[in-house]
Amino acid sequence: MSGSLHPALILVAGALLLPLLRGRWRGAATVVLPLAGFLNLLGLEAGDELRLGLAGLELHVLRVDRLSLIFGYLFHLAALVGAVYALHLKDWLQPTTGLAYAGSAVGAVFAGDLVTLFLFWELLAVTAVFQIWARGTERALGAGMRYLLVHVTSGLLLLAAAALRHHETGSLAFGPMELDGLAAWLLLLAIGVKCAFPLLHTWLVDAYPEATPTGTVFLSAFTTKAAVYCLARGFAGAEVLIWIGAAMTLFPIFFAVIENDLRRVLGYSMINQIGFMVVGVGLGEGLGVNGAVAHAFNDVFFKGVLFMSMGAVLLRTGRMNGSDLGGLYKSMPWTAGFCIVGASSISAFPLFSGFVSKSMVMAEAAHQGHVVLWLMLLFASAGVFHHAGIKIPFFAFFSHDAGIRCREAPRNMLVAMGLGAAVCLFNGIWPGVLYGLLPYPVVFSDGTVYHPFEPSHVLHQLQLLFFSALAFAALKLTHLYPPELRSVNLEVDWLGRKLLPRGVRRLVDLTAPLRGGLSGAGRGLAAWTIDFLHPDHGPAAWAERTWLTSTSVLVVVGVLAAYLLYVYRTF
Amino acid sequence: MESSGKRHLFDDARNVKRIIRLLFACCAVLLASDFVIHRHLSFGEGLLDSEGWYGFYPVYGFVACVLLVLAARQMRKFLMRGEDYYER
Repeated sequence: MSGSLHPALILVAGALLLPLLRGRWRGAATVVLPLAGFLNLLGLEAGDELRLGLAGLELHVLRVDRLSLIFGYLFHLAALVGAVYALHLKDWLQPTTGLAYAGSAVGAVFAGDLVTLFLFWELLAVTAVFQIWARGTERALGAGMRYLLVHVTSGLLLLAAAALRHHETGSLAFGPMELDGLAAWLLLLAIGVKCAFPLLHTWLVDAYPEATPTGTVFLSAFTTKAAVYCLARGFAGAEVLIWIGAAMTLFPIFFAVIENDLRRVLGYSMINQIGFMVVGVGLGEGLGVNGAVAHAFNDVFFKGVLFMSMGAVLLRTGRMNGSDLGGLYKSMPWTAGFCIVGASSISAFPLFSGFVSKSMVMAEAAHQGHVVLWLMLLFASAGVFHHAGIKIPFFAFFSHDAGIRCREAPRNMLVAMGLGAAVCLFNGIWPGVLYGLLPYPVVFSDGTVYHPFEPSHVLHQLQLLFFSALAFAALKLTHLYPPELRSVNLEVDWLGRKLLPRGVRRLVDLTAPLRGGLSGAGRGLAAWTIDFLHPDHGPAAWAERTWLTSTSVLVVVGVLAAYLLYVYRTF
Repeated sequence: MESSGKRHLFDDARNVKRIIRLLFACCAVLLASDFVIHRHLSFGEGLLDSEGWYGFYPVYGFVACVLLVLAARQMRKFLMRGEDYYER
């Protein structure tokens, strides 16, 4: 394997060294390690592999092909940008777990079998949760615990799928699968949890807003993208994904419009973007999977820039609610500028990255003749501009001036946002480089070459976006736009967080008389037993007296004698 | 810290108006472009002919966003709770 190390090794082992370093050395190491990892990765090429024997199983711990390579590059670049963004941190816990988290994601995308995947899957969960817990608030502790619960369960589903599959086929290999048995469905469910499928998504919007400013940036880059990789690897062309993905593009945008916490708004828009990727995977190999992979790549950077800009706002102002912010372009002009680049990219403006990747999924949907799906995706495209493209920069940096005057973001954060924004622009203007890294040639299923900057496509997209902006302006000017309010909106996790505890409490209340009666009866029985035994067994009662050994011997002899007499009497 | 007396771009209401007028102008130009540019459609013939109508994308974008916001406003009625709902 051309002299390179296993790509996860540098990041995970390197992370273990970080607590030993101090101050600037640690900061330098967090930046150098992803760079070293990236150089190491450049030494790998499609076809390289590493197999290890473990407890009678042959593990395919390294499988290199075009699909795993592009995710490998992506995760290293994300780790690098994240490390720069977190350079100001003084604690060792977040950089250490952050780097190990990135390493786990790298390990997962290079895993060729289900057991290796499972190991990195669980490592992803336990390293990620520290990005939430490091915030140290009561809410963060709770959200982290729920995050861990959900993701460890996802790992268990994956393990069950691996065991079943091994039992059924004798193989642990993780490759393209048919959805024809329990093992495949369990695996899809395990991936679906991490991918934030509808109804399984609440961990994302629950945990991301509670993490630290830097933590959310890391969280947004790895877990869900590793899951998208797994879908592309295992389930490309599975039709069910088309409809799951379509649902994911639609339902979050309604929640995003009324959500006050701007990082939670970004969480919803993240599910919406993953929806496009899931649809792409469902549309199958070729432009569909290519679109999904390209969009995952771009999403890491535009969503990263958006989360970074919001993290900077949180760091400087201590606030994250739309209702408490506004007018920050005066104090944080650079952050505002980067945020607008991220917002333009997620909205898929021509010359920004989202445009060249999302359109692949849309174009393939149209090419395959999915009219209803395409109309749903077009609705979601207009909606994402509305809630992520406009709402985020507008309520944080413009809108009414909340009177906050603070410093601009720390320099390291500005550099990281600048790097992220540069990738957004580069991929948007010169998509050829990204297209060249994709797993398949960028052509339609009938072989015609795909061109993103086809003039009428550019025009249609601009029309869609500008008239969405017009709708925002009209709704705002007519005061129909819902104001930002301090609130939480109920979600399906209400079932687990409110209904279930309420139900248990109700059950406890309902059974109170029964329990009262039972415990009364129990107490009565105990009292009666005590009264019954007390005369003979109470303190100083005859049965509790300490006997002399001779008395005991005498009693034993007596009993034996009586027994002898009894035996002889029967004969 | 900046001096609070400094005038910024959007402190002047005229600049906000200019931005909105610019938006109107862009929309008008984009709508008019439908009649000028030869349009290549996403769908083959017979699948979604309305895509070829003049103003399809502008109307779709505008209506989608208005529906989205009006629906979300209604959702607030039964989904919105106090900020400390889960701590209570």
